[in-house]
Amino acid sequence: MHEALAVPAWVGFAYLIAGVCFVLALRGLSSPESSRRGNRYGMIGMLIAVVTTLITHEIASLPEILIAILIGGSVGFVIARRIAMTAMPQLVAAFHSLVGLAAVLVAGAAYLNPIPFGIADLDGVIHLQSRIEMGLGVAIGAITFSGSVIAFLKLNGNMSGKPIMLPGRHVINLGTLALILGLIAYFLTDQSTWVFGAVTALSFLIGFLLIIPIGGADMPVVVSMLNSYSGWAAAAMGFTLHNTAMIITGALVGSSGAILSYIMCRAMNRSFISVIAGGFGAEAGGGGGAAQTDRPWKRGSAEDAAFMMKQAEQVIIVPGYGMAVAQAQHALREMADLLKKEGVTVKYAIHPVAGRMPGHMNVLLAEANVPYDEVFELEDINGEFAQTDVAFVIGANDVTNPAAKTDKTSPIYGMPVLDVEKAKTVLFVKRSMGGVGYAGVDNDVFYMDNTMMLLADAKKMVEDIVKAMAH
Amino acid sequence: MDFVSILSIFVMACFVGYYVVWSVTPALHTPLMAVTNAISSVIIVGALVASAAAGSATSKWLGLAAVVLASINIFGGFAVTERMLAMYKKKDRKA
Repeated sequence: MHEALAVPAWVGFAYLIAGVCFVLALRGLSSPESSRRGNRYGMIGMLIAVVTTLITHEIASLPEILIAILIGGSVGFVIARRIAMTAMPQLVAAFHSLVGLAAVLVAGAAYLNPIPFGIADLDGVIHLQSRIEMGLGVAIGAITFSGSVIAFLKLNGNMSGKPIMLPGRHVINLGTLALILGLIAYFLTDQSTWVFGAVTALSFLIGFLLIIPIGGADMPVVVSMLNSYSGWAAAAMGFTLHNTAMIITGALVGSSGAILSYIMCRAMNRSFISVIAGGFGAEAGGGGGAAQTDRPWKRGSAEDAAFMMKQAEQVIIVPGYGMAVAQAQHALREMADLLKKEGVTVKYAIHPVAGRMPGHMNVLLAEANVPYDEVFELEDINGEFAQTDVAFVIGANDVTNPAAKTDKTSPIYGMPVLDVEKAKTVLFVKRSMGGVGYAGVDNDVFYMDNTMMLLADAKKMVEDIVKAMAH
Repeated sequence: MDFVSILSIFVMACFVGYYVVWSVTPALHTPLMAVTNAISSVIIVGALVASAAAGSATSKWLGLAAVVLASINIFGGFAVTERMLAMYKKKDRKA
């Protein structure tokens, strides 16, 4: 009377179709035109997976389940409708934490009641293979949960973005990891509750310890990495429950997060290990007393900026996280519209790590109705700065720093940067001369002859430029 | 299903994921994260099995709690992705 044997053959097909739908959902994202269709495939896949499960299991508690879906669904839906686009990184981190916690709860439920999952014999002795899968599943789930909670608190500003460095943290972390793996191995010989509980508790702890030393600038990597973990957690549960839809999805999400982490690391010229080890930008948060403001620089006004851009043939706008913080994207698009009316070509240049998560700037610009075919990635537009009249840098700093190309001693040396200094004129919107970027390095662009600093809040400055352009 | 066939599916899916994700345009990386979030909540399948099964009340409540969490993610993830994707527009050809 093994429950798994009683499952009809079509069920496997149904889960496979759900898995294929998820592949198509990701495939759709290769271009904005096909992306919405892709998203529909994702929804269909999820529907198939849920309905199949409900049909094939003896449901003793359908009303409760439907109420649970209704509660969760409406909460999720309302959040999704209301969330500001600038808050997307926090939202994604929060969602990751939910996947992690759900994985922990499912693993817990399977541990307490293994027979209906088909992973134990009739005496309740859990199969050895399932114990490993379950142990790994609960561990990855718990790490995803506590790690994402910390990432959320940092991104949401409830917790300082500064790295928190515990003494001897590498020893503590590696020791805890080894202990978790040891306990999972021990779980093979003893399925007592304390073993399962200890694995869970230690995994919650290590997730917390892993993320607290990582600074704000590295958040794009952290968010991608947790995305990957949430996938591996789903895959591990898929192995435990022998469910193809979960395994396929877990593998997709796991690779997706891993690739995004890799892209982010490459864009910062950092190794994944050094990001995980944490501590980057520890000195940068101090308020930037280190910046050498005694070097001469030029200050411009909104009127100067408006005049120069109106005379230009081509303007490239380089947005960064500061634009998101100031919520300047709508004013920026207004400015671009006025420039286009004057016959100026306007393009946007996005550095991969601009913002707090991969693609963050693109979403914000899209929200402000900037057409996506005016928005270019670093490697596609970098050659154009030399033929550009004005580079308009707003809320970005480190990603424009030429020291990354020339100064071998710079902490950001080797990082791919936007060649804004090659433009005839650089307009650099910045709050004040005092602050430096996350990497804590001074930017030579500030002091160039062809640079004009526009010191003000990004949104206010752009609004003033718009006003100045209007007459 | 034996372990080797499950592992084969997993490994193949990793390769599919690798190639599919590299083809995602960087402009859509944020929606990519939102939608992967939504689909990784397919873990709801396990939660449903737990909440449907008789035998352990605790297990059932854990399952129901997981159903709630996964549903937040599924509905929230797909809805927010849809909302973002709707904002990506091409240049207006009107002028």
